[in-house]
Amino acid sequence: MSSSIGNRRGTAVFTLPSDNEILITREFDAPADLVFDAWTTPELVKRWWAGDRGQVTEARIDLRIGGRWRWVMTANGGFEVAFSGVYREIERSHRLVRTEVFEMSPDAEALSTVTFDESDGVTTLKILGHYPTKDIRDAAIASGMEGGLQTSLDELEMLVLQVV
Amino acid sequence: MGELVDRLGLTQPQVSKHLAVLRAVGLVSARADGRRRWYRVNGPALQPVYEWVRGFESTWDNRLDKLDDVLVELQTKEEAT
Repeated sequence: MSSSIGNRRGTAVFTLPSDNEILITREFDAPADLVFDAWTTPELVKRWWAGDRGQVTEARIDLRIGGRWRWVMTANGGFEVAFSGVYREIERSHRLVRTEVFEMSPDAEALSTVTFDESDGVTTLKILGHYPTKDIRDAAIASGMEGGLQTSLDELEMLVLQVV
Repeated sequence: MGELVDRLGLTQPQVSKHLAVLRAVGLVSARADGRRRWYRVNGPALQPVYEWVRGFESTWDNRLDKLDDVLVELQTKEEAT
């Protein structure tokens, strides 16, 4: 198992299936149960969601239909990035649908569908973001904002201006 | 062109139309060779598209690499217990 460490680094695939969608696909040498846990357990989310670019300061998860989630990170630059929403569909180890709002532009609500497909011990993770309009999707991409991690505070402000 | 039709699962007229648009905006160039036509992707013209998605893509790449690390660690722990 440990022989696979690092083999898949940097292999996330980014595509734009339609004008208002973003799809990210990535494979993991782990069972779907575990990948699902990593998305739905606060202590685990805290360990990965910020990547190397900051610290997760909040990972609230009320895992039931209509339950709220709120994930916050403080980026290395010092600014805070908060996403939140509501769980719409929960199919353990298979599928997770939730609304997703970047709190600095609360009117632009996206719908995020995360699927976990296990085959021969490899789990394919797909994160499909569905945005209200093409402009909002494009703004999200332009700012790298899905995590807001790479952007300076100025760029975040620009995005908010664009979305509002 | 025939190869693209096979790969994309689109009809010849559809592929033709797409290629015409890509050529018109300079994203691909074409070279005739007898009855065949070879298309080449114009890398520099795609640079702005790459710049546009790069931040977003690398944010997620980095984040999912970290997720991978966590999964490896969890499995190592499971094996140990």
